[in-house]
Amino acid sequence: MENALVFNIISLLTFAAAVFFLTTRGLHLSVEFTGGTVMEVGYAQAADVEKVRKTVSALGFADVQVQNFGTSRDVLIRLPAQKGVSAAQQSDKVFAALKADDPSVTGRRTEFVGPQVGEELATDGLKALAMVVAGIMIYLAFRFEWKFSVAAIIANLHDVVIILGFFAFFQWEFSLAVLAAVLAVLGYSVNESVVIFDRIRENFRRYRKLNTVQIIDNAITATMSRTIITHGSTQIMVLSMLLFGGPTLHYFALALTIGILFGIYSSVFVAAAIAMWLGIKREDLVKASGRKDEDPNDPNAGATV
Amino acid sequence: MNRYPVWKYAIIVIALLVGVIYTLPNFFGEAPAVQVSPGKPTIKVDSGTQTRIEQALAAAGIKPVSTEFENGSIKVRLVSEDVQLKAKDAIQKALVPDPNDASYVVALNLLSASPRWLSALRAAPMYLGLDLRGGVHFLLQVDMQAALSKKAESLAGDLRTTLREKNVRHGGIERNGQAIEVRFRDRQTLEAAKAVLADQFPDLQEVDAPEGSDFKLTATIKPEAARKVQEQALKQNMVTLHNRINELGVAEPVIQQQGLDRIVVELPGVQDTAKAKDILGRTATLEVRMVDESGEARAAELGSGPVPFGDEKFLERNGQAVVVKKQVILTGDNLTDAQPGFDNQTQEPAVHLTLDAKGSRIFKDVTRDNVGKRMAILLFEKGKGEVVTAPVIRSEIGGGRVQISGRMTTTEANDVALLLRAGSLAAPMEIIEEFTIGPTLGAENISKGFHSVAWGFAVICAFMAVYYMLFGLFSGLALAVNLLLLVAVLSMLQATLTLPGMAAMALALGMAIDSNVLINERVREELRNGASPQAAINAGYERAWGTIFDSNITTLIAGLALLAFGSGPVRGFAVVHVIGILTSMFSAVFFSRGLVNLWYGRKKKLKTVSIGTVWRPEPDGAITKAE
Repeated sequence: MENALVFNIISLLTFAAAVFFLTTRGLHLSVEFTGGTVMEVGYAQAADVEKVRKTVSALGFADVQVQNFGTSRDVLIRLPAQKGVSAAQQSDKVFAALKADDPSVTGRRTEFVGPQVGEELATDGLKALAMVVAGIMIYLAFRFEWKFSVAAIIANLHDVVIILGFFAFFQWEFSLAVLAAVLAVLGYSVNESVVIFDRIRENFRRYRKLNTVQIIDNAITATMSRTIITHGSTQIMVLSMLLFGGPTLHYFALALTIGILFGIYSSVFVAAAIAMWLGIKREDLVKASGRKDEDPNDPNAGATV
Repeated sequence: MNRYPVWKYAIIVIALLVGVIYTLPNFFGEAPAVQVSPGKPTIKVDSGTQTRIEQALAAAGIKPVSTEFENGSIKVRLVSEDVQLKAKDAIQKALVPDPNDASYVVALNLLSASPRWLSALRAAPMYLGLDLRGGVHFLLQVDMQAALSKKAESLAGDLRTTLREKNVRHGGIERNGQAIEVRFRDRQTLEAAKAVLADQFPDLQEVDAPEGSDFKLTATIKPEAARKVQEQALKQNMVTLHNRINELGVAEPVIQQQGLDRIVVELPGVQDTAKAKDILGRTATLEVRMVDESGEARAAELGSGPVPFGDEKFLERNGQAVVVKKQVILTGDNLTDAQPGFDNQTQEPAVHLTLDAKGSRIFKDVTRDNVGKRMAILLFEKGKGEVVTAPVIRSEIGGGRVQISGRMTTTEANDVALLLRAGSLAAPMEIIEEFTIGPTLGAENISKGFHSVAWGFAVICAFMAVYYMLFGLFSGLALAVNLLLLVAVLSMLQATLTLPGMAAMALALGMAIDSNVLINERVREELRNGASPQAAINAGYERAWGTIFDSNITTLIAGLALLAFGSGPVRGFAVVHVIGILTSMFSAVFFSRGLVNLWYGRKKKLKTVSIGTVWRPEPDGAITKAE
């Protein structure tokens, strides 16, 4: 734990950078949040993005984005929400124009979201985040101690902000699926902190001679290989999603990847360090123990069949 | 200590058995079928229809795999997709001779191809979401303000009539938004009007204020009455949508209420969004006209003469022709409500109509002049008219309250009321969200989701087996059981599987292995501390359990929050995520322990455990630490 200060400074810097990009660049929100129309169309051969852009712009839509999606034959067209225009008809109009240009075009997917729905999704997303944070804090405070719950939440919100920072920096599209990934990561990396806290509590019971810093060091070391292996396994799954899931799952998997990588770091170096700064003591944890009378050297301690 | 009693193994075996049975249908895939369901509320599909379908298919030389009658619709299984199209045409020709008047909906569908004994156990494959099977999703917002304004308008009309009847002289009634404003010259009439309101208008609440020398009474719809109006408008619109979607020939449309003022419509397999939008956005109109009762018209009704000049011939829902005059007496705009009920005197089922002020006046005049004659109420949809009912006028009807009764069953009264409301009341709707997914994209999404899960699973299992040897193999097996149970539970719940759901499945597996890693690491650690193999296994499982439980609870909290606040794709993700966590607690702890116990439990003198390399401490290290 002698390096705690160094790690906390690194965290603080990354965190500050993430906040900086979030405020200056902002998130590139998907239509689900902003409202608007997204169309994915497929061509028989490589699509001429420039021509598609011209065709769509000619229809009088301002701010049209056209880009390749996944393969060179698929094109993604984004139309912002327009006030006063019956947006539900937009996609039909665009598609008819594209069809007139090149009959081989096929509609693969259309999404239209009205502006009022977008706002609701954004508030619902924030509510979900608040509920996750509150739920986890209450549970940890009940199960461990308030210092742990504060430490865990700070460490993991720091992950969330860093993920968002990445999305802001690279201007990756932030969609509902990414939001789901962010919340899943929050639950997942808290679980990492829980494993370490669990071990800290156990160590307080077992090794009465050691001081708090030694206890925490021991807990981190003891859980280290497990941390790397589980995160590795989860990362394998996420990587497989990133490789095989196609463009629809791309950003979802990306958010998870960043979240998992920073989750390891934050649980190990941030959560425990914050808990230490907050001054956890043996008495915080051992008082409510049902097992404290057990002989720590008894291999059958607590065993039931 | 590492032995399970028989009942624990019994639980494992039963869970596996149930898991396999309910997962199985997903492997059989789906077979092409044609589904026939009623196109109108009055038409029922029965065994007679089934016979007609079978005859039609036999005549076309098509041999169906089976025909089933289930939940009010008939499903015909067929060998291939080519035959499916032919069979659809043949059935369509036999059952629906006139495409403009479709009594039956004949739609292409896919049915689970699992064997009969599985279907008998109610084991069905997971329901695929639109992003996996292709189709259209709409979210419609019902304009509740319009519905309330309409209600206020009709109440204003009623109030005008009632005040006149009671001889309360007012200085003008006006609707201002959703409020009704009435002016009075003096306090006395104001009080009289208030008495009338309290007596006859339970849906209104009023406040009065002096305005110059006059008094102004402002009546608004009570919140509970407003809620009822909104509920009714929503229900009404859903019924109307149902009727319209039947025309699209969609096998399993989803029409659901979302929140207080929204309707979700999902049409799997539909690609023509323009047509779908057109049909959803259409409005029906209602007209009241007189029946022509001349001899010529009678002849025309029987089909033995031409339709007289100035008349039109329409069909009643039972197929009987009615010749009506072209002149329109009233339109649906004048009808404010239609409710099924009972006649006060005869207790016969009846439909009660409420007309607005203008409608009541016209209706009174017309009925006075036409006692003993018939009038027809017609419903026009996409330019095609149909006689909803054609009752005889028994007496002059004033006050705007009309009752249609006689020779009706309760169901018929309900249907008629519904049809009348469908033509008049539905509040306007707006599409606020739309997703269309092409069928090829759906198929691609399935294979992508499948590959993500499969490759991730394979790599994890391989890694576990290499790193933890036999224990890793057990962990891999436990993970497989987790996947099996997860799919089984999802199939049992008939939850909708979407691409985010498949991602959640992959993620759930990635997280579930965490529990096994925790256990295995703990067992290794106990061995490292010098515990005997049997004791190490026991302590490893026991000690890891608390941690596994805690960490799963926090993940579960995140999952539940997503479930509570998520919509659409997020919800699909959350359902799988939450179920995955629950099944993982069973498989990773209970099941894997069962395997370990089965393998090692009986070996009393166990010397080594196959769990990979266990780093041993130096003999002088009393407490094992890496430092």
